[in-house]
Amino acid sequence: MEYSPYYNPELETMPRKELERLQLERLQHTVRHCMNAEFYRKKFAELGITPDDIKSLDDVRRLPFTTKEDLRENYPFGLACVPMRDCTRLHSSSGTTGNPTVVLHTKKDLDEWATAVARCLWMVGSRPEDVFQNSAGYGMFTAGLGFQYGAEAVGMLTVPAAAGNTTRQIKFIRDFGTTVLHAIPSYASRIYEVMREEGVDPRRDTKLRVLCIGAEPHSEEQRQRIEENLGVKAYNSYGISEMMGPGVAFECPQQNGLHIWEDYFIVEIIDPVTLEPLPDGELGELVLTTINREAMPLLRYRTRDLTRILPGECSCGRCHRRLARLQGRSDDMIILKGVNIFPIQIEKTLLKFRELATDYLITLETKEEGDTMTIDVELAADFSTDDFKALLALEKNVTRLLKDEILITPKIHLVPKGTLTVSDEKKAVRVKDLRKLF
Amino acid sequence: MTIHQLSIFLENTTGTLIQVLRHLKEAKVQLVSTTIADTAEYGILRIICSEPLRACEELKKAGVAVALSDVFALQIDNNPGAAADVVELFSRAGIGLTYIYTFLLRNKGILVFRTDKPELTAKTIEDNHLPTISEEELTV
Repeated sequence: MEYSPYYNPELETMPRKELERLQLERLQHTVRHCMNAEFYRKKFAELGITPDDIKSLDDVRRLPFTTKEDLRENYPFGLACVPMRDCTRLHSSSGTTGNPTVVLHTKKDLDEWATAVARCLWMVGSRPEDVFQNSAGYGMFTAGLGFQYGAEAVGMLTVPAAAGNTTRQIKFIRDFGTTVLHAIPSYASRIYEVMREEGVDPRRDTKLRVLCIGAEPHSEEQRQRIEENLGVKAYNSYGISEMMGPGVAFECPQQNGLHIWEDYFIVEIIDPVTLEPLPDGELGELVLTTINREAMPLLRYRTRDLTRILPGECSCGRCHRRLARLQGRSDDMIILKGVNIFPIQIEKTLLKFRELATDYLITLETKEEGDTMTIDVELAADFSTDDFKALLALEKNVTRLLKDEILITPKIHLVPKGTLTVSDEKKAVRVKDLRKLF
Repeated sequence: MTIHQLSIFLENTTGTLIQVLRHLKEAKVQLVSTTIADTAEYGILRIICSEPLRACEELKKAGVAVALSDVFALQIDNNPGAAADVVELFSRAGIGLTYIYTFLLRNKGILVFRTDKPELTAKTIEDNHLPTISEEELTV
C-alpha cells in the first residue's frame, strides 16, 4: 500500500510564512489562556506586560521564563490553567531534590501528544503493518504511555513490554515479529549483549528494522555501533516531560538533526548565563513555549538541554527546523582549567576504539599540579593481550584523540571489562567530581 | 616446540590476582609457573598450567579478559651459563626477546619466552637441536 511520507502532510510541509502565522495565532491564544493561572498573572504584573503586548513572534522575548523550580514551588497544581474536572491525566517526574514536578493534560492535550509522537514514528517509516515494541518504563515515566498512544495512533500493533527482563524482551521481539523498537540507548546495547549471550542473531532471527532511541544523551558513534550490532536504522528521539514527553523533536530519515514541531512550540536558543537569545547555529540552552496546550501551558520553559538549531532546510521537505544532537544538560557541563567539556565529547572519542567497551567513568580531582581528569575505561570483552606495548600504545592513542577533542590531556586508565558495571535500570553515572572548590 | 600460555590483564590493585587464582582453583587447574609483568597501574599475569584450553574457557566464562598465546619452551641443563648459551644463539640470529622467564622442573631449567621473529626462532631451535618440552611433560 502506498502511503504519504508525512503523517500530517499539510502541517509538516506548510510554507514558513504560514507556519509563523499559525504560531503567532496560537501564541497569542496561549498567553491569554495563561491568565487563568495566578502564577502567570503575578509574573505578568511584575514585568508590567499584558497579553495584548504580544503582537509578533519576536515578542515572545518579552515573556517571563519558567523554570523547573517554578514547577516545584507551585506543586502540584499551581500552573493549571483549566479546572481540575477538565484534566484527564497527570504525569510527574521524580523529585530527587524537593518536590517532584507535575504536568497536567486535558483530553485534547493527550490527543495532540499522541499526534506528535505518531508524526515522529511515521517520519522514520513506521506504518500500520508494523509491530511496535516499547521497552520504556510505563507509569509516571512519559516514554511509556507517550509512545504507546503515538504508536496506536499510527495504527501499529503495539506491545507494551515496558522496561527490564531482557530475555523476555528478546522473546517478544522474535515471537511477535517486532519491526520497530523503542529503547533508551544503553538498554539497546544491553539487549544486543543478551542476544549475543543467547546465540540470537538480530539480522537472522528478528525482523527489527527501526529503533527509536532517546532519553539519554548519546553520540553519533554510539548510534552507529547500535545500528551495526542490531542491523537496524536508529533514530534519535528528544522529549522532555514538562513539554509532554517524547514527540517534541525527532530525526527524519536523513538522520541529520531532529525536527522540532513548531506548530506545538516556539523554539529559542539562549545563552544560559546572559539569557540573551542566540542566532541559529549557535550552541546554547533550549527554551520552549508550548502553543497548543490547554491544561498547563508553559511560557519560555528553560529545558537546561544544550543544543543548537541547524540552519538551512532539510531535504525531507518538512518545514520544521532541526535541533542538533543534544549535547547534554547545562548541568552536566564540566569546567576544567577554564575549558568547557561535555561527557558526550569524551564518549564519542572513546567509542572510536574497538578495543574499548562502552562504559567509562570520568573523575575530577584536585592534585598538587592542579585539577586533573582521569578517565577509567573498560576494555572490550573480547580484547585481551599478552603484549604491554599494545596496551601502552592504546592508552597513548586514546589520550591523543581525547586531547584533540577536549583540549586538555586526561589520564587514561584502562580497566578490565566488568569493573564499571552499569545496572539495567538506572542511567549510568559518568562523572565523579572530587575537586576541592575554594 | 611451543606451549600455551594464558595472559590476563589485571589492574595493579589489591585483590585482582586472587580473583583469577580462585577461578582456577575452582576449575581444578594446576599452576606450573606464573609471572607478572607490571607497570604502576597495570599488570599482565602470565600462566603456564595444566589444561590451558579448558582453563582459558573457564576464565572467559567467569568474565576474565584472557588471551591464549603460544610461547616457546626449552629445557636446559641446571648449570651456570646454560641460559646464556641459548640466548646467545638467538641474539646472533638477530632475534629479539619480547620477554623471558625461567623455572626449575625436575632439576631441569625451563626457559619460556616470546620473540619478535617466531619463524626464525623455530628454525634456530631446530637447526641447533635445542631440547624443547611439551605441555604434557610440563604437567606430569
